[in-house]
Amino acid sequence: MRLWHFSETAYPHLPPEEEYESVRVSMPNRYFDPEIGHDLYNRRIDEWCLADDLGIDIMINEHHQTPTCIDPAAPVMTGILARVTNNSRLLILGNPIANRRQPVRVAEEMAMIDVISKGRLECGFVRSVPYEIAPANSIPVRMAERMWEAHDLIVKAWTSHDGPFTFEGEFFHHRMVNIWPRPYQQPHPPIWVTALSTGNASEIARKGYNLGTFLGGYEKTPPVFKAYRKAYREAGHGDDVPLENLGYSGLIFVGETEEEGRRGGQHLLWYLSHNKLPMHFRNPPGYASIEANVMALKGGQIGVRREGWVPDLDEEMAKGIVFCGTPDQVFDQLKKFYDHVGGFGHLLSMGQAGHLSHEDTCKSLRLMATELYPRLKELGKPTSIAAA
Amino acid sequence: MPDAGSGSLFERKMIEIAGIELEVHEAGDGPPLLYLHAGGGFRPAHPAMPLLAERRRVIAPSHPGFGRSSLPNWVNAVDDFAHVYLELMQRLELEDTVLVGASIGGWVAAEIATKNTSRLSHLVLIGPSGIKVGSRDALDIPDIFAMTPDEFEKRLFRNPEKFHPDFSKMSDEDLTIVARNRQTMALVAWEPYLHNPKLKHRLQMINVPTLVVRGDHDGLISAEYAKAYTDLIPGATYHEISEAGHAPDVEQSTAFTETIWNWMET
Repeated sequence: MRLWHFSETAYPHLPPEEEYESVRVSMPNRYFDPEIGHDLYNRRIDEWCLADDLGIDIMINEHHQTPTCIDPAAPVMTGILARVTNNSRLLILGNPIANRRQPVRVAEEMAMIDVISKGRLECGFVRSVPYEIAPANSIPVRMAERMWEAHDLIVKAWTSHDGPFTFEGEFFHHRMVNIWPRPYQQPHPPIWVTALSTGNASEIARKGYNLGTFLGGYEKTPPVFKAYRKAYREAGHGDDVPLENLGYSGLIFVGETEEEGRRGGQHLLWYLSHNKLPMHFRNPPGYASIEANVMALKGGQIGVRREGWVPDLDEEMAKGIVFCGTPDQVFDQLKKFYDHVGGFGHLLSMGQAGHLSHEDTCKSLRLMATELYPRLKELGKPTSIAAA
Repeated sequence: MPDAGSGSLFERKMIEIAGIELEVHEAGDGPPLLYLHAGGGFRPAHPAMPLLAERRRVIAPSHPGFGRSSLPNWVNAVDDFAHVYLELMQRLELEDTVLVGASIGGWVAAEIATKNTSRLSHLVLIGPSGIKVGSRDALDIPDIFAMTPDEFEKRLFRNPEKFHPDFSKMSDEDLTIVARNRQTMALVAWEPYLHNPKLKHRLQMINVPTLVVRGDHDGLISAEYAKAYTDLIPGATYHEISEAGHAPDVEQSTAFTETIWNWMET
C-alpha cells in the first residue's frame, strides 16, 4: 500500500457559526487575513516537503470560495511542489473538469507539472461536490457527461503528437488543439477519478482508472469498491483487480501515546464539523438524481453532513472515517478497515486539518513514516489480488 | 383522450415534435389560447383555466423537461422551447391565437413572437423573464437558485401560506415532476441567468398587440423591469394587478382574466 499525505489547507480562523450563513460559497473574505494565509500556505508546503523527505507521496485537491480549503488552484500548488520536492508522486484529486471551461488548459497545466516533476504527476478528475457549482457558475445538469467529455478532450490533447486536431463535442469545441508541452509520462500520467457512488465507480473501472473514495467509512466504501471490481472484471481487464487501482481517504493521526493520537484525531474532526451550508448550495437542482430529490422532497436527507452536528471521535473512528492513536493502534484500525472493504492500494491520509499545528502534523508524519508505513506496505503488495 | 386528473376540465395527450414527446393539456372551445407555464410547471388545477376556457380553446403544453414532456439532450435553452411551440402551432393549425406566457413561459412567448407572429392575434406576458436591462453588477431578477424555499414563496405570492405546497400529500409521480421541473429550470435558466442577451434587441420585431401583466407584489420581476420589457415591444401595454405576487394569474385569477378580456376588447 502507498501512503499519501493530504491537506485541504484550511483557513481555520472562523467567526462563530451563528454569525455566518454558510462556510462555503458566500463567506466574506474579509475574514481572511493575508498574513495568516501566507504562513498557512508555507507551513502546508513545508509539510508536503517533509512527506517527500520521508518517502510519503503527496495529494492535493481544490475547492473554491471557502475557508475550508484555500487551494482554489490545485495546479498552482502542485506546480510549486513539482519544483520543491524530489521523489514523491504528486496526486491532484482532482481537477474539477465539469466546472472548468477550458479542458485544453487543464491538459496544458497537467503536462507542465508532469514535465517539471519529471513524470511524478498522477492526474485526478472530479465531477466536484455540489457546493462547487455556484462558485463556478456551472450548470448543475448533466455534469457527469460534461466531465467525461472534458476528460476525452484532455486525453486526446495529451496523446496527439502530430499537430492540431479538432474536437466538436456537445460541450466543448476546438479547431486547433496542439498542446506544448506534452506530458513527460507516456502515453499520459496515471488517471484517477473520485467516486462516492456505485454508478460512477463502474465507469471508472471500465476505463481502468484509479478510483479514490473519501470518508465513506465501513458503510459506504464496500459497495463502491465492489462495483469497481465487478465492472473491472466485466470490462475484460482481467479477473485480478489490482489493489493499486483503489484508494481510500480517511482522517489519520499518529501519536506517541494513545492520548496524543486521539488529541490529533480530535483536531482533524474540524473538517467534519465546519460544514454549515444551506440546502440551495448543498443540493442545486440537477446535481443529485431525480430519485434522490424525490426522497428529499419527502423529507429525506440529501448531502453528506447534518448542520449543527458535533462529531464524536469514537463514533467517527467506529465508522472508519477517523483513524488515530499509537502506531500500533492506527495500524490495527486500518487493517480492520482494509479487510472489511476487500483491500485497497492507496491510503490517502488527510493528516492535517483545521487547527492541527504544523509541529503536530510533522510529528504524526514522522511516526507514520517510521512506525506505520513499513507495515502498511506489507498490507497490499502491488499486483496482489483484491478480495472479491 | 385521458383527462388530466380527477375532476379536471383538461384532456391530456402526448404530441411528438422534433423527437420530443410533448405533454399537451386542452380544454374549452373557440379561438385558441396557448398558455405557456411558469417554472413550477403547468397545473391542470390552475384557477384561471376554467375562466379562460369559458371563451377560448385553451392549449397548455408542458415545456420539454417539465411535467411529462421528454427532454432530449439537444434541448437545453428557452429558445429551443420557442421553436417547439412554433411547430406545435403549425401542427395544430392554430390561427388568431392568444399567446399567454407566465414568468419563464413569458420568456418563451416573447421568443416565439420575435420569430413569427403569423398565428398570433395577441401576446400576454405575465411577469416575464428573459431580458437583461439593469447593471452588470446586479441581477435583474433575484437569484432563485440561492434562496431558501420560504424566501422563494414570499417572492412568488402575496399570500404564500395559501399556496404553500404540501409535498407530504403528493404522489411519487407528482414529486418526480416537481424534481424534474426544478432540474430543467436550472438547465435553461442558469447561465445567462434567466435571460437571453439577444432577446431585448429582438423584441422590437413583435407586431401583435402585447400586454405585460405584473402582480404589484411580485418579488422576482420588479416594476422597473416589467416596464422596460413593455417599452421594448412596440405599442405594448403595461398593467399591474393588485394583491398579487409573481403569479397574478394564479393568485388573482378573476382579475387577471378580466384584465385580458378587457384589454383585448379595447
